[in-house]
Amino acid sequence: MIDGVRRDHARFREIVRGKVKQDLKKYIQHSEMFGRKGKDVVTIPMPQIDIPRFRFGSNQGGTGQGDGNPGDPVPGQGDPNQPGQGDQKAGSDPGEHGLEVEFTLEELAEILGEELALPKIEPRGQKTLKSKVDRYTAIASQGPNSLRHFKRTFKEALKRQIASGTYDPENPIIIPIKKDLRYRSWKSDVKHENSAVIIYMMDVSGSMGDEQKDIVRTETFWINTWLKSQYKGVEARYIIHDATAKEVDEDTFFRTRESGGTLISSAYKLCEQIINQDYPPSDWNIYPFHFSDGDNWSTEDTKLCIDLMKNSLLKKVNVFCYGQVDSRYGSGQFYKDLQESFGSDNEEVITSRIENKDGILQSIKEFLGKGK
Amino acid sequence: MGIRSTQLSPELAKLQEAIKGYAEGFGLDFFETIFEMVPSDAINGLAAQEGFPVRYPHWRFGMNYDQYSKGYEWGLQKIYEMVINTSPAYAYLMSSNSYVDQKTVMAHVYGHVDFFKNNYWFSKTNRKMLDTMANHAVRIRRYMDEFGQDEVENFIDLCLSLDNLIDPHLPFNEVKRSPAEPEAPRATEGGRLKVDRGYMEKFINPPEFVEEQRKRAEKQTKQEARFPSHPERDVMLFLLENSPISEWKQDVLRMIRDESYYFLPQMQTKIMNEGWASYWHSEIMTKKALRDSEIIDFADHHAGVLAMQPGKVNPYKVGVELYRDIEDRWNRGQFGKEYEDCSDIREKHKWDKKLGLGRKKIFEVRKVCNDVTFIDEYLTPEFVDRFKLYTYEFNKRTGQHEIVDRDFKSVKNKLLAGLTNQGQPNIAVVDGNFENRGEILLSHKHLGVDLDMKYARETMRSIFMIWTRPVHIETLVEGRKRFFTYTANHEFIAKD
Repeated sequence: MIDGVRRDHARFREIVRGKVKQDLKKYIQHSEMFGRKGKDVVTIPMPQIDIPRFRFGSNQGGTGQGDGNPGDPVPGQGDPNQPGQGDQKAGSDPGEHGLEVEFTLEELAEILGEELALPKIEPRGQKTLKSKVDRYTAIASQGPNSLRHFKRTFKEALKRQIASGTYDPENPIIIPIKKDLRYRSWKSDVKHENSAVIIYMMDVSGSMGDEQKDIVRTETFWINTWLKSQYKGVEARYIIHDATAKEVDEDTFFRTRESGGTLISSAYKLCEQIINQDYPPSDWNIYPFHFSDGDNWSTEDTKLCIDLMKNSLLKKVNVFCYGQVDSRYGSGQFYKDLQESFGSDNEEVITSRIENKDGILQSIKEFLGKGK
Repeated sequence: MGIRSTQLSPELAKLQEAIKGYAEGFGLDFFETIFEMVPSDAINGLAAQEGFPVRYPHWRFGMNYDQYSKGYEWGLQKIYEMVINTSPAYAYLMSSNSYVDQKTVMAHVYGHVDFFKNNYWFSKTNRKMLDTMANHAVRIRRYMDEFGQDEVENFIDLCLSLDNLIDPHLPFNEVKRSPAEPEAPRATEGGRLKVDRGYMEKFINPPEFVEEQRKRAEKQTKQEARFPSHPERDVMLFLLENSPISEWKQDVLRMIRDESYYFLPQMQTKIMNEGWASYWHSEIMTKKALRDSEIIDFADHHAGVLAMQPGKVNPYKVGVELYRDIEDRWNRGQFGKEYEDCSDIREKHKWDKKLGLGRKKIFEVRKVCNDVTFIDEYLTPEFVDRFKLYTYEFNKRTGQHEIVDRDFKSVKNKLLAGLTNQGQPNIAVVDGNFENRGEILLSHKHLGVDLDMKYARETMRSIFMIWTRPVHIETLVEGRKRFFTYTANHEFIAKD
């Protein structure tokens, strides 16, 4: 590539990064507009990075070519009646050019960290996670033909022929037989890393509406992104609860809606059970996050929760995070109860109230700002 | 040149000679053309810099590169051919292209270079632009070293935001630019001519004449008081000559303006230029250069270039077909009063006077026309019919673009509207001292389509940043006269 363009490209990336940083709040609130590309890359639509010029409004009409009668829609602009596309603008709008830029999750985490001044996490526990990387550095005597190592095969055949006396220097023809064939093969490199698990718990009782769940979804996206940038291997587990708790997958986590009452302790019990089963605290960094609108069935259950936390749960986890998403129906009592029991500046329990979408950024900062 | 380019292989060099020979044989007349072989990555880089290997540092080239290389990676687009208007002309061949592609590209390029050399609208362009661009790069880099990259780049952004506000007639109008000579006869006091004999007074200075002179003088003083004296479409020039900006900023603005004028003819002749090149690659390939074994590949790629996407008009296709149509009509004598007056459609259809003037005619057309005159003069109802052209409008109710009609007049008008002033709004400075407060008044000549006011606001901000005083614009919005102001407090205010 031309050197100049390479520099310009770096410059462009820098500007885009700056834009995302500058409008981080907007991007955080609207992470749903991120496109996913593969596992680790998101695409972010970026309006108005282009140079502004006087130009015509978009609905100017034009000329086209092809079949069709007056009144027929011009082809190639999508169907506005199709669900999911309803509020999207016609793609073939003349002069409509949005820009999509790619970011790796790592880059996003970096931007988030810089903008919120998040401290790096000091991991606890031993490096016990074994991360295995397979590298094709070994040689095997069996394998597929596509991986055949020509040189090594040749060598083997040569060795064999010399040893058996069938090699003639005057006529150095080497014919490999099946036994001589060598193939490229893999070796597993094992590395030890710090490992972490995030256990998300959410109240799915009737009072948690779509807006509240949206907020939770956004928060979890950014929490995942950040923690993944801090630990090599991050697992996530999901628990939903109303009066009872159960473990679900990510998709179900955000879709489920129950109508029952709320017993928060049920979730905390399950959470502890999962930790005891799968994540010995000496080896794992453990992050329970609980989101609810703050309504608990009874003060007794709240007391049960606090006892559970104080007596066992808190000893096992890095930090316990409680996010209260305000809803019209929730009393928000649980937040107050936690505050009362642990104080607002507790190192082990972080509580955050999220009033609406605008509060997401602040709450992420509260959760992750302690560097625990 | 600062790119990894290689000379042509002996095989391709031989091919170039052959193609050049065919092109000359057809009467094409071009600058010396140098082909460079570049890898695909480099061609994306070159395209990002609008064909020039050395440009000043700017993020938008990086943005272009991002898009081209992604498009290439994902297999959405591939740049087959690129040629720059200089003498000698430089053209790039992508190293991963097949032999038959290279052949086609060479033939196509000779068509472009012939057009660059002979089309009237290109006659004023700087043919040493390769050097000029490199000089611009050196100067801007020097300013960046001295004043900081951000500072200079931000100012470049402001200038670029105005780079479509130039006067397309200016390159051909140099004479008019010089100060007007005093008008003769110069009237003496009170607009009266000198009279030696008293009785001649009412013959030499009849009252109507005196009145006329008085009015004229008045108009002139008014005009002189006005600034600029006539609406100035070259907004960049106006700012260059009258803004309170430092020397380096003036220099940057001047360079961006020069580059903008350099690219102007290419905007004015998109249909013609691509049509001409496609016409010639097709002639050269099918009549001379193509081997039997290559015909499928050629046909495939040729069809790809000229394909009409549903709903869109492909300039390559319209251009090449219009040349062919003109050639055919002039070969058969389907023009002039006799043909126009003939009312028998069957007679007209098989009209053939065997004049054989077609080739001569299209060479003439490529010499004098630009896209606007090309369409205006040579688009026929039969052509619109044959190629199923239609007009469309946006329907607010359904939220879609919908076909309106296939009427010749409206198709032609719509096409012309999109080409007039290179498809850009016509905006001029009408007052540089608006209400005697040193503010700029712009006027948008409304030709049926409203401005995008969001963009207008940002563009007026750019003018404000250079001019440092408020900027106003008169325009029509949904048929109503409106007046917008970008104020010193960075507010954008609308008035009726």
